Formats: sequence, structure tokens, C-alpha cells
Amino acid sequence: MTKTGFVIANLFRKKARTSLTMLSIITAFLLFGLLQSVNVLFSAGADFLGTARLITQARVSFTQSLPMRMRAEIENVPGVEAVTQSQWFGGVWQGKDQLVALAVDPLRFHAVYPEWDLPEAQWKQFAETRTAMVAGRKIADQYGWKVGQKVPISSNIFPQKNGSKDWVFDLVGIVDGKDEEWKRQATQVWINHGYFDEENQFGSGSGGIYLIKLKNPDDATKVARIIDAKFENSPDETKTQNEKDWNLGFAKQFGDIGLIVRWILFAVFFTLLLVVGNTMAQSMRERVPEMAVLKTLGFSDGTVLGFVMAETVALCAIGGLIGLGLATVAGWFIAQSGIPIPLRVEWRVWTAGIIAILLLSIAVGLLPALRAKRLKIVDALAGR
Amino acid sequence: MLSQIFAITGVNLKSIPERWGPSLVIIIGLAGVVAVFTALLAMSEGFSATLAATGSKDNALVMRGGSTTELNSGLGREETNLIKLGPGIRKGADGKPLASAEVIVIAELFKIGEKVNGSNLTVRGVEPAAFALRPKLKIVEGRQFKPGLRELVVGRSVSKQYDDAQVGKTLRMRGSDWTVVGVFESGDAHESELWTDVEVAQSSFGRNGYSSVLAGMESEQSLKGLGAALKADPRLNLDVISQQEYFSAQTKQFRQTIGILAVIVTSIMALGAIFAALNSMFAAVATRAKEIATLRAIGFGGFPVLVSVMIEALFLALVGGLIGALIAYLLFNNMSVSTIGANFTQVAFAFKVTPVLVGIGLLISIAVGFIGGLIPAWMAARQSVTTALRSA
Repeated sequence: MTKTGFVIANLFRKKARTSLTMLSIITAFLLFGLLQSVNVLFSAGADFLGTARLITQARVSFTQSLPMRMRAEIENVPGVEAVTQSQWFGGVWQGKDQLVALAVDPLRFHAVYPEWDLPEAQWKQFAETRTAMVAGRKIADQYGWKVGQKVPISSNIFPQKNGSKDWVFDLVGIVDGKDEEWKRQATQVWINHGYFDEENQFGSGSGGIYLIKLKNPDDATKVARIIDAKFENSPDETKTQNEKDWNLGFAKQFGDIGLIVRWILFAVFFTLLLVVGNTMAQSMRERVPEMAVLKTLGFSDGTVLGFVMAETVALCAIGGLIGLGLATVAGWFIAQSGIPIPLRVEWRVWTAGIIAILLLSIAVGLLPALRAKRLKIVDALAGR
Repeated sequence: MLSQIFAITGVNLKSIPERWGPSLVIIIGLAGVVAVFTALLAMSEGFSATLAATGSKDNALVMRGGSTTELNSGLGREETNLIKLGPGIRKGADGKPLASAEVIVIAELFKIGEKVNGSNLTVRGVEPAAFALRPKLKIVEGRQFKPGLRELVVGRSVSKQYDDAQVGKTLRMRGSDWTVVGVFESGDAHESELWTDVEVAQSSFGRNGYSSVLAGMESEQSLKGLGAALKADPRLNLDVISQQEYFSAQTKQFRQTIGILAVIVTSIMALGAIFAALNSMFAAVATRAKEIATLRAIGFGGFPVLVSVMIEALFLALVGGLIGALIAYLLFNNMSVSTIGANFTQVAFAFKVTPVLVGIGLLISIAVGFIGGLIPAWMAARQSVTTALRSA
């Protein structure tokens, strides 16, 4: 019988009690995994975006379209490598599914986003065909679009000059992301801004927001400031941020999701503390004579404390890791099923989870462990 | 049979303090589940209540055809004049049609203490009829804005949360300075808005037209009449819906999201609570194995034992559920939060803990208590008397 064997054997003495406690821990960590990944989503944003790109929007709200004449001025700012307009189209598929459809300048867009993979010939076709559109692989697969087909997309904002909101585009290419992260984002549709500009009933010149690629990512703050200074006190004041912050700012508008998640997790862990604490306390109370025997046999106070802590840590760790594992599987299922919540139980969540496991073990195991350590052999054996 | 049940149950319940550890686990476990459930759905209720309150069935909201929100809609002057001449619109005190052509503009304001990330709010330029059409809206501080001047009356939640949005202060918006002259309360989504004279809004923000027209109808039926008349006019491309329908449609997305979140989180927590309850009830039964066996030996039936254990579990669960509902009510009821609304602007609302929510929470407790108590109760009733009496 090794020390480890002893700990495990003790753990599974009262099988029903241990299993039920472990199931409680598993469910708590399942919830932790899912909620924490929602939290990470809203606070850490999309890290893979980096700072090599800036997004310029109208100062008051990104819903206000910036005029096209600003593009030339932005282009002249030193440090700017490429810039494209990106106007929200309000695309709807078959009258009910909202699409992320943007009107862009095809070749400029290609320059700003080299991460989107498309054969050069198709980029050219996108630029040269008025009614062209390209779509991300995921969305094309979802709706069964094939290159060469005519895709009818209606806009819930912009009618064409003839009054109809039903637009038709030619799909000239399906865009792939260059790596895993980008492949996951391949859910957008891009149309030719030139066509949109001419054909929409509300007039031309809407640039939407501007997507800017920097020559050097380190220039981000400097270039952003120069751009905003250019348009300060003009009727179209701008706010320029790096892409990552822009996404974060957007998520922040949903409210303090982090706070809500923290409150729920607090309630869950407080309860869990009680559940596991109760189990450990009960278990230790029943085994007081055994610990006395261990001490009589010569095991030191510290070793006995170690046994109790080890048992607690084992219980919490096994339950916690299984729970986090289940959360990861659940997240994977959600991603496959196409539900638009990009829940990914990734390393940040696991790190937080492991810290939680350790904290839980200490909180729950410390008191019984100390009690075991301080046990007086004679009193314990006598049942006092 | 009944007297047996009462007797054993009485003993069980009175002896709960001896097992306060496991009992507390059930109580607090269920308090947690019910508190979280109630809080999440109170958020959903609060949001819908705020938006639903923002609409009257006999006010017609007219926007450009196909616009889902006022933000997407744009109307010209001629169009609004034609709309105001439509059939079925009530006459105001001055004999003119009771209709307000309004324009909304989005402004960025900073919350008190926030320097970096602004929040988007709706500025609404209104005509005098706007106030008559919204009888719940009352100016509670300061005064009404004077037409022609850059003056604002702001909603209560705006003045509470945002910098420079208090009476007497000057707010800089979109390159111009505005004086806040009053605060209004309306108990609905408008409390998150800033109001001014529509013509001043148009000239300050470079707008030529309007976003929507709000018209007071003679009755709900005349709304359809107006819709038909406007559709029949080939010059116009308009949608007419009741103000109430417009606002309740906006809550659908939020309610759905929170609903799903609440169901998932509560189910997982309830599952955990069931495991915890099972654990506790097993422990409760185990510590009293000898007592139960003694009762059986002296003639109490198996069924009364089962029922008594179930009642104990249900009792603890209900106590936990009530405590959870109470916590949710005390902590969250009327707590003010804001989130993104239809125009991508902030809408403030308050959590609303309703009796229905509390009821559902208690039902959940009963369900958890029932499932958590059943197996231990069953096993307690089926224990062999002799083995149980022998166990040390």
C-alpha cells in the first residue's frame, strides 16, 4: 500500500457519497467552463486580430456612414498601407436570415485583408464584375451556394433605384480563411461597393466605416491620432481604433456581461464549497480513530495533514477536470451545430478552471486537514 | 396510515437541527439555483416591461417602408405632411391632427466616471404633439425646452448615469453645445433618450427630413384604415404599425437570448442541486438507519417512512427556494442596468421580480426536492429491519 494508494482507497470507501459529491463538482465545473468562456469572449475579444489594422468609424456611432471623400485623405496619412470602405448592406437571405453583408472595394479589401484566401483570378473578377459578390466558405456551405450561381439577397435598408429591396448578385468566389481562426470567421458576404453606390436609392457616397492596413503595427496609436485629428471639428468626426479594441468596444455595449457571469459563478461556487466541505467534514469525522492509529504507527502530523489535503485535492481535481472536459466537448458541439455563439473553452478558461480547483481544494480541505494534524492520539482513540 | 405519516414526519422534521450540515447543503444549494434563475428571468422581464410600456395601442408609428427600426427609416417633409392628413387621426386641442414628426439622431455620451468608452444614446427631435401622445411622460425637474433654442430635456436614467446630463449643465454633442433644462420620467424606454425641438435638431445635425411620425388614432381600428390609405397612395412607401407592437418586437431577441441562457444555466445548476440533495438525503437516512429500523420494528409501515423522508426533502427544498427568491428580490429587484437597444443605443431598464417568477422558482425547488428525496426515501423504506438494527 503506497501513500497514493491509501488516498485513493479512502476516497472510494463510501462510493455513493464520493460519486455524488464528484458529480456535483463535475456539474459546477461544467457550468464554470461554459460561463467563463462567455466571459472571455466578451472581455478578451478576438486576440488573433492583432494591431496591424485600424478601423475608423463616425465618432458618434458606427451606424452613421462616413462619406467616401474621406478615403483619399486617410490614404495620404503616412503609415497607411491600404484602406477600403466597408458599408453595411443589411443583407437578408430568403426573407429571414440576417447576413453580415458588406459593400467593399474588392482590390483594396484584398490588400487590407491578406488573410482571406481567394485565387487572384477571382479577386480580379470580383473587381471587374459590377454585380459580383464573394462569400465566406462557412456561409456558402450553409446555404449551398456555388460559384457561378446568381444569389438573391435582399437588403432591409437599401432599395435599388427601381424601388425593389431584392438585389441579385453573381457569386464569383468562395473565400477561405488562411488558418483555423480565420476559417472560423468565414461567415461574411462581400459585394462590390461600386455597384451598391450607383444602384441604391438613397444616393452615392456612403463609405460606411474604413478598414485600414498599417505599414507597421507599432504605428497604430500614432496613425489613429493623426486620422482623428484630421477630421476633428468637421461634420464627420471620426474615432479610430485598432481592430481588436473596436471589437471589444462593440461587445461592451451589450452591458456588463462579465458582472452577471461573475455573480452566477459566485453563487455556484459558494454552494459547491458547502457541498464538498460538508462531505469532507463528514468523512473526516468518521475517520478520527483511523488517523489516531496512523499517528500511533509513526506517521507524522504533517503526513496526516498531507493525506487529508491529498484526498481533497484528488476529489476536486478529478471532478473539476472532468467538468472542464465536458464543457470543452459541449463548446465543440455548439461550434459544429452552427449556433452563432462562438463559445470556445480554450486555454484561458482551463487556466482559470485549474486555479479554481486549487482554491476550492484549499478552502474545503484546510480545516479538516488542520484538525487531523492537531489530533491528540489518546483523545482520538478514546472517542473524545 | 395518515397518523403514522404525521408521526414519523414530525420526528424527522424536529430532528433536522441534528443534521444541520447536510440540511444546510440542500437549503443553500436550492437557494442558489432559484436565486440565479429568478435574477436572470427578472432581467428579461424588466427589459420587456420597459419596452412594452413604451407603446400605446392607439398610437400609430409611421416609418419608411421596410424599415425595421426608426434608425433605418427616413421621411421627407412632403411625406410627413401627407401622413398627417391621413384618415382616422385624432384632432389635438388646437384642432390640428395629433401627430408628431420626429427625427432621431445618435449621440455619444460618457457615463459618469468613464473617460474612454462612450455609450450611444438616442436624441429625439419632437414636435409639441409628442407630449400629448405620451401621457405617461412628465417633466419632473426643471422645465420644458423652448422651441428654436438648443435646449434638451433628458430622461431620468440619462441624468442619473451620464456626465453633464443634469439640469443646468451644458452638454457637448456632435460638435454643438446644448443646455439641459429639464428631466422627465416616463417609466419606459424613452427615459434613456434626450429630447429637443425637431427643427433645432434638424438644423444642428444637418438633417432635412424625419425618422418617423407618431400619430394618435381615434381607435385601434382606425390604425388599419390609416395603413390602407397610405398604402393606396402610389407616391408613398410607408409602414404603419402600432407603437406598442414596434417596441415589443424589439424585445424578442433579448428575451430569447436571456431565456436560453436562463434555461441552460438553471438546468445545470438544478442537476448539481439534485446530486447535492441526493447526497444529503442519503446521509440523513444513513445516520438514522437504526431509528427507522426501530420504528419499522414497532409496527410503522414502509410507506409512511417513505413519505416522511420525501416530506423532509421537499420541506428543505422549499425553504431553500424561498430563501433564493427572497435573495433575488432583495438584491436585484429594481436594480437598474442598461443594454443595447434597437438603434444600437443604450436602453436602461430595471430587474423585475414578479410573482410568476417566484412561483416557477418554487416549482423548480419542489422538483429538485422530489427527485433528490425519492431514491433515499425508497431505500429507507426497503431497508431490512434486522440488518439496520445491527449496524453500529
